[in-house]
Amino acid sequence: MSKLINTLLISGLFFTSACSNIEPWVKPYERDNLADEVMKFDRNPVSNAYMNRVYEAREGARGASGGSGAGCGCN
Amino acid sequence: MLIALLFAGLPAFAQVLPEDRFDLLYHSYDGDDVEITGPSILFRKKATQDISLYANYYIDKISSASIDVRSYASKYSERREEITVGGDILVDETILSAGFVDSDEDDFDAQTAYFGVKQEIFGGLTTINMGYSRGWDDVYEMAGGIAEYQGDVDRHAYRVGLSQIMTKNLIINFDYEARTDEGFLRNPYRKYRYELGGGFDWAKEKYPDTRTSSAFAVGGRYFIEDHKDSVVYGNARYYDDTWGINAFDITAGYTLSIVDQWLLDFSYRYYDQSKADFYSDLFASIDAQNFMSRNKELSTFSNHTIRGSVSYDLNASAYDLFSRGTINFDLSYIYFDYDDFRNVPAGGATGQEPLFDFGAVVGQVYLSFWF
Repeated sequence: MSKLINTLLISGLFFTSACSNIEPWVKPYERDNLADEVMKFDRNPVSNAYMNRVYEAREGARGASGGSGAGCGCN
Repeated sequence: MLIALLFAGLPAFAQVLPEDRFDLLYHSYDGDDVEITGPSILFRKKATQDISLYANYYIDKISSASIDVRSYASKYSERREEITVGGDILVDETILSAGFVDSDEDDFDAQTAYFGVKQEIFGGLTTINMGYSRGWDDVYEMAGGIAEYQGDVDRHAYRVGLSQIMTKNLIINFDYEARTDEGFLRNPYRKYRYELGGGFDWAKEKYPDTRTSSAFAVGGRYFIEDHKDSVVYGNARYYDDTWGINAFDITAGYTLSIVDQWLLDFSYRYYDQSKADFYSDLFASIDAQNFMSRNKELSTFSNHTIRGSVSYDLNASAYDLFSRGTINFDLSYIYFDYDDFRNVPAGGATGQEPLFDFGAVVGQVYLSFWF
């Protein structure tokens, strides 16, 4: 498992190093819509965490349901 | 070290810590003669300009006469309490997160520690995050009012996520998560069914002591410019594990503002999975194979969820204490349809009982305040 994680991290290192000179194609002043409250993936964190519990307790699948969060892995 | 290398040399941009907020939620689940209710309370506050701390208190009050209980046991009640404490720290434009979860039941104790790192790159167009969590569980079986120790579980989870701004109205997410569990992985109460003298009998399940899984998800949100506060969103996830389960789910939803202060959300989710290699509704004999399970969560099944929610903005700034507040009502109906799990209490010839299905209603009422 640690080999898999190391491979992913090293791949990410090469990818990001190669692309570090990319100019942002959506300028900061064009991001009003993206900053709107309704565009947040985790607008209601307590409610979303609860629904994830409901599914995880009744389904065989688990993981990758946090909306790109790096936080709590609570069971 | 690798995480530091990954971010080195990239143009980093200002990160923002999560907003200070307070959430009070009451949840209710009712399906298959199982009722689960309780509160969840979240409090998050910045301790300094660079540190945000939070705590969550969660309770499940469970009353269960589920299909398994109706088949070979008697109705029971139990209570689960969970406390989470954690924090986010802004260090040189990177957010570092750490926390700890403690969960207690009469017959199950679980502790989880987690750590995460998050950074924006490419002018804020891309956000990368990674996380690791480690868990320790102790499993007991209640016998005559005494909890008898059965074994422990060692859990590891690794996550990598990427959020990418595509256009001024579209953002997409990629998430990968790998988990490994090792130890006492079965439910000490659950039994499998095996053929015996023209009928059947029950025996305690036998599970492997390791499980490794991986899940990959992609999701997106698109802002509809022609209508104030309207978003269409979707998510798809693929899953497989070393127990032979393959699963996928898709979600599609729509959020819209109908009039000032009212926000509506509707979504549909479909989930489908194949069974574990060692699952069967009815085994040929008590020792048909080395691992045996009749856990319906490991069977072949699908489910459909229809979900709707209403959010009303309380205009809380009028009360000085909060900058904003909402009251929210959220209702879901989930229909589970099993392909190889039979409804034994319904009766019939052994192995020919009707296939099982049921519907569940999930409700949430919650208040959210920002300050």
